[in-house]
Amino acid sequence: MADLLNALAVAGKSALGFQAIFFALLAIGINVQFGYAGLLNFGQIAFAMLGGFGIAISVSKWGLPFWVGVLVGILAAVVLALLLGLPTLRLRADYLAIATIATAEGLRLLFRSVSATPVTNGTRGLSAFNGDFIALAPWNTSRRYSILGTSWSGGELWVALVGWILVILGSLLVFALMRSPWGRVLKSIREDEDAVRSLGKNVYVYKMQALVLGGVFGALGGMVYAVGTGSAIPDQYQNANTFLAYAALILGGAARVLGPVIGAMLLLFILQFADTGLRLLISNGVIPEDLLSSTDVAQIRFVLVGVGLMLLLIFRPQGIFGDRREVMLDAR
Amino acid sequence: MTHAGNRARRHGRRSGPTGSPQRPRGRGRPPSGHRVVVRLLLVLTFGLGLAAFAPGLAHAETEETEATEVLNGTLQTSLSGPIEDVQVEVTTADGDEIDSVETDENGRWSVDLPGPGQYVVTIDEGDLPDGVTLAAGDSRTVTVDEGRRQAVLIGLTDGSRNSGGGSVRAVQLLVDGIRFGLLIAMAAVGLSLIFGTTGLTNFAHGELVTIGAVAAWYINVQGGVPLIPATLLAMLVGAAVGALNELGLWRPLRRRGTGLIAALVVSIGLSLLLRYLVQVVYGGRSSPFQGAQSGRAQDYGLFTMTDNDFYSIVISVVVLLLVAVMLQRTKIGKAMRAVSDNRDLAASSGIDVNRVILFVWMMGGALAALGGVLLGLSDQVQWDMGFRLLLLMFAGVTLGGLGTAYGALVGSLIVGVFVQMSTLVIPNDVKYVGGLLLLIVILVIRPQGILGSRARVG
Repeated sequence: MADLLNALAVAGKSALGFQAIFFALLAIGINVQFGYAGLLNFGQIAFAMLGGFGIAISVSKWGLPFWVGVLVGILAAVVLALLLGLPTLRLRADYLAIATIATAEGLRLLFRSVSATPVTNGTRGLSAFNGDFIALAPWNTSRRYSILGTSWSGGELWVALVGWILVILGSLLVFALMRSPWGRVLKSIREDEDAVRSLGKNVYVYKMQALVLGGVFGALGGMVYAVGTGSAIPDQYQNANTFLAYAALILGGAARVLGPVIGAMLLLFILQFADTGLRLLISNGVIPEDLLSSTDVAQIRFVLVGVGLMLLLIFRPQGIFGDRREVMLDAR
Repeated sequence: MTHAGNRARRHGRRSGPTGSPQRPRGRGRPPSGHRVVVRLLLVLTFGLGLAAFAPGLAHAETEETEATEVLNGTLQTSLSGPIEDVQVEVTTADGDEIDSVETDENGRWSVDLPGPGQYVVTIDEGDLPDGVTLAAGDSRTVTVDEGRRQAVLIGLTDGSRNSGGGSVRAVQLLVDGIRFGLLIAMAAVGLSLIFGTTGLTNFAHGELVTIGAVAAWYINVQGGVPLIPATLLAMLVGAAVGALNELGLWRPLRRRGTGLIAALVVSIGLSLLLRYLVQVVYGGRSSPFQGAQSGRAQDYGLFTMTDNDFYSIVISVVVLLLVAVMLQRTKIGKAMRAVSDNRDLAASSGIDVNRVILFVWMMGGALAALGGVLLGLSDQVQWDMGFRLLLLMFAGVTLGGLGTAYGALVGSLIVGVFVQMSTLVIPNDVKYVGGLLLLIVILVIRPQGILGSRARVG
């Protein structure tokens, strides 16, 4: 019973920690692109990587202040979105999907390559760039605080606080935008692009704006993650993370303002609970070591996400909060 | 899922092919890159020659026990051999002369230094034999750390490498690229046909490759079966997995009327599920097949190739020809092309569409498995090999034209050659990036691909 409570507490902490914020911001971005505009961005993690490395490179390689690094990261994400959108947004949805997933993998390979080592430190990545930000915390960041049976360092708390403020501001922005004429055009592009075009709207520009906005959210997510872990390593930004964010979005409900936020918290809770639970069962000998060793548990979360994505899409594509009519998408 | 033919009617505006930022980059690179490569090659031959003539050098360089600092090097090119009697002058960074020596009969020279610091090494261009010129300037500035024997590389050209070294490497890479391209093509034919017949962009196709390779590995290494029968068994496994995909998942989904985008995300979920299951079962390591180490590379004049690579090319060509003959001549092949072209028309002329799709899945699975085994032969078996190949498959399929079998073949071949040849210009560890860049450039210039029809893309 104590184990169970402990597992619940650990899972609860991760549902509120910076990783949940990371996925929530990624999913908010995907929500703008996929949920409202119907764009399939499978390379959201690339935007996050640019965000994270934007800060990391600016601060630890170029010696710029932290906030300039934030600007650099956002700018990089905007440029990437423009570059990706230019060729693909006029084509069918799956072309954008292929181009973005290829870009995300390509960028990661580039960042971890030997030739990029002078800038990104290759596979070892960069660290020690979040000092300026942590120093802003109004409380002592060096001691640990105990909240509801979980232990948080002061730094973690600060990152989580700022991160959740970001999430709330982002959600408010999305809420306001989607009530505006701009948001209505975006939603109608998702439903019937030709109809919108015949009303004289420039569909291409609207899609591009959605892609850029979503990309900026992705970059902010990457920044929270990089600051939270205190390091930026190319291999942290694996492609599978994009689909964790998709799973969070679809679980919560696409095309709903709070869908991605609730989805990310829930997803992280489930994954962390499964993780801790499985490790416990293995160490107690309930699951024999030959069947599943504790080193494999980290992989199980992706298996779970894969199964979850499939089941959700097949049986409940609207997730928890969504409207089924809004998410029954077909390729144009 | 809607069929491609239905979607073709809903077209949007096509992208304008001009004014893209990528295009000039793609065209402008090779000539300047070639020069860089020639220079690199030269330094390489130089370094190799140096290693050959001074075998102890590598050790001496790292050994910190020696108190004195030494600068040394070897002057030679592949055509002229070691170059004798060339004056080498070493000065400090301020211009004070330390010593001036001449190269010996092995082209070697060595100068003792008074201490660590920056030095300038200058060679007399007039002493070089006819036809040999300096690749860069006649002097190099080097920084010598304490206690180091520092080798100095001075680039020389003997005129041979434009026709010799550079192009030999290019031919070698071309052959490598053809092997790799054929391999991609084999895996991608299924991907393209599945897209053509069902409209599904199958992101889980890479896992068919991985499963094929891993199945062959288990049969071969754990089961002790020789590689060729193990490969055949793995192809059966691949076909079975393909059939299971269709019967267990995609056919019911089509019946439910699941949208294409939903189906696409489902295939992503399936891909994650299978990929990480393979990692749990097989582990994160990479290991080779048993009894397949082909050791020495055979010399074919302009290029060298291991026996494995040779058989890999032969097998791919034969299999792809068989696929082509099947598509062209047999009843089921014609039916496949018909369904791919227009499913409703095919169905109304009496073709059992579901049977054809099942067959496409089985064939795609078997071919992907074979591709996986061949990839495992050259790059070892890894849990995410298929996923990494998937992106190149997409590049090939898109280049050739989504949905066409022959397009996948042509496109994959080009992508394979491009990826290997791009290492002439870019470092080896980012060569996949070149392929992915190519994909995006294709989308700008000709999104329907080489053999694709325009109506599909809008």
